[in-house]
Amino acid sequence: MALLELNEVQASYGSIRALHGVSLKVEEGSIVALLGANGAGKTTTLRAISGMVRASGEIRFAGHDIAGRQPEDVARLGIAHVPSGRGTMTQLTVWENLQMGAYIRRDRDRIKADYERTMRYFPWIRSRKDQVAATLSGGEQQMLAIARALMLNPKLLLLDEPSLGLAPIVIRDIFEIVKAINRDDGTTILVVEQNANLALRAAERAYVLEVGRVTLSGSSAELAGNESIRKSYLGD
Amino acid sequence: MYLVTLTDFLQQVVSGIASGGVYASLALALVLIYRAMDVANFAQGEMAMFSTFISYTLITSFNLPFYVVFPVTIAIAFAGGVVIERIMIRPFEGKSVITLVVVTLALFYLTNGMAGLIFGYILKSFPSPFSSAPISFGGIFVTVQDVGVLGVCLVILGLVYVFFRFTKVGLAMRAAALYPESSRLVGVRVSWMLALGWGLASAVGATAGMMIAPITFLDPYFMQPILLFAFAAAVLGGIESPLGAVIGGLTVGVLLALVGSYLPAGQNLRLPFALVIIVAVLLFRPAGFLGQATVRRV
Repeated sequence: MALLELNEVQASYGSIRALHGVSLKVEEGSIVALLGANGAGKTTTLRAISGMVRASGEIRFAGHDIAGRQPEDVARLGIAHVPSGRGTMTQLTVWENLQMGAYIRRDRDRIKADYERTMRYFPWIRSRKDQVAATLSGGEQQMLAIARALMLNPKLLLLDEPSLGLAPIVIRDIFEIVKAINRDDGTTILVVEQNANLALRAAERAYVLEVGRVTLSGSSAELAGNESIRKSYLGD
Repeated sequence: MYLVTLTDFLQQVVSGIASGGVYASLALALVLIYRAMDVANFAQGEMAMFSTFISYTLITSFNLPFYVVFPVTIAIAFAGGVVIERIMIRPFEGKSVITLVVVTLALFYLTNGMAGLIFGYILKSFPSPFSSAPISFGGIFVTVQDVGVLGVCLVILGLVYVFFRFTKVGLAMRAAALYPESSRLVGVRVSWMLALGWGLASAVGATAGMMIAPITFLDPYFMQPILLFAFAAAVLGGIESPLGAVIGGLTVGVLLALVGSYLPAGQNLRLPFALVIIVAVLLFRPAGFLGQATVRRV
């Protein structure tokens, strides 16, 4: 069953329409990639899901229609969104960033358990909890952003360009961790990427957006073999 | 020609520190709102004035003792701040700074006019919770009042610090003020955090009002000079820094006490001097004492 399903979702910034009817499905327990050029509507699609931009159409998540809901309420349903540029709370400490991730939760024991679970992926955080987040490197801030999202114990993790501005070796580490989170915890992940190569290797399925519409979709293997994808996004 | 003795000087410093506690409290209220909205709340002093009138009414009309009136007034001020935010500020959330400034100016005149209408314009003497008996610290005489005022202000400021530093809601309020988008994504109701901030600022301002009223007397205008002193304190400390507001408040308190007692016609020079502080800081060090330090606090 699909955990997340978008049906003809439209969204605008003022009078400029960014999404012209996006439909896609994310199966429970899978990693799905959203590919496309700059300005294709990838980020807007994630923002429509988490309620940061007003959307019409249908967005079904775990049985609820969440289109048009406020982000505060969407988070409470179990969707964690790591925004583009990481959304690091730079003046707060690493530990405070993590606490904010668990803000809506009341189950102290489970939060503790989720903290331990999160530290399995990011062991370096433990010794640097009291550091101000601004002093972390870009890669560390991206990892902290993912760790913060995991503290929500999300059913669905939305990742917006986790590779943005990072060195190739750091990007590889981060994608390994993303895959591990999906494999070990069964967390469903929808990841936006410009780096199609990387995304197709991590994801089972992918959708390609062009000017606010889905123009191609399929399994990662299919898309990786697709001639036009190879030309436009894989740099062949 | 008079002689400035060290004892006299120290006495002025000590009494300056006491009023400085009051300025620090109101400055902190300004900083709390500024951090959340990037707007100086020009009505902060008038809100404190109105709260002080409420406490005056509780004392004189209901014959309640001060130790009851104080927390009750703070609770009323808190609720009032939240309600004002919901009714007057919320419709303008996300609007330009200049819009919000105009709204706080409207609130300034509204509060002032309502206080005049309800409580009248006749100067009232506000019963002090502390005696004005002098106590001696190694030759320097300070009044119980000075020590009490400073003590109450420092306790309130300490509580605010503990709240922001060690509670979950306090952390969420800090996050919501600095990172509204990231905060919404983790489920913080940012708009309500702003209302809480208004409540808290109003409560801290009420403390300032109740502490200074016995010294200045009470009428609908009594907080206006104090607001200017608080602005000077907040700007001096760095308008975004709560700790800066406290340091700035105490500094301004001491400076004004010295200006008031050592310059000819000094009492009349206190307001212009506060303006000089504001202009000088904005010209030569716009970030104040701690303004920059908060931006990259390491």
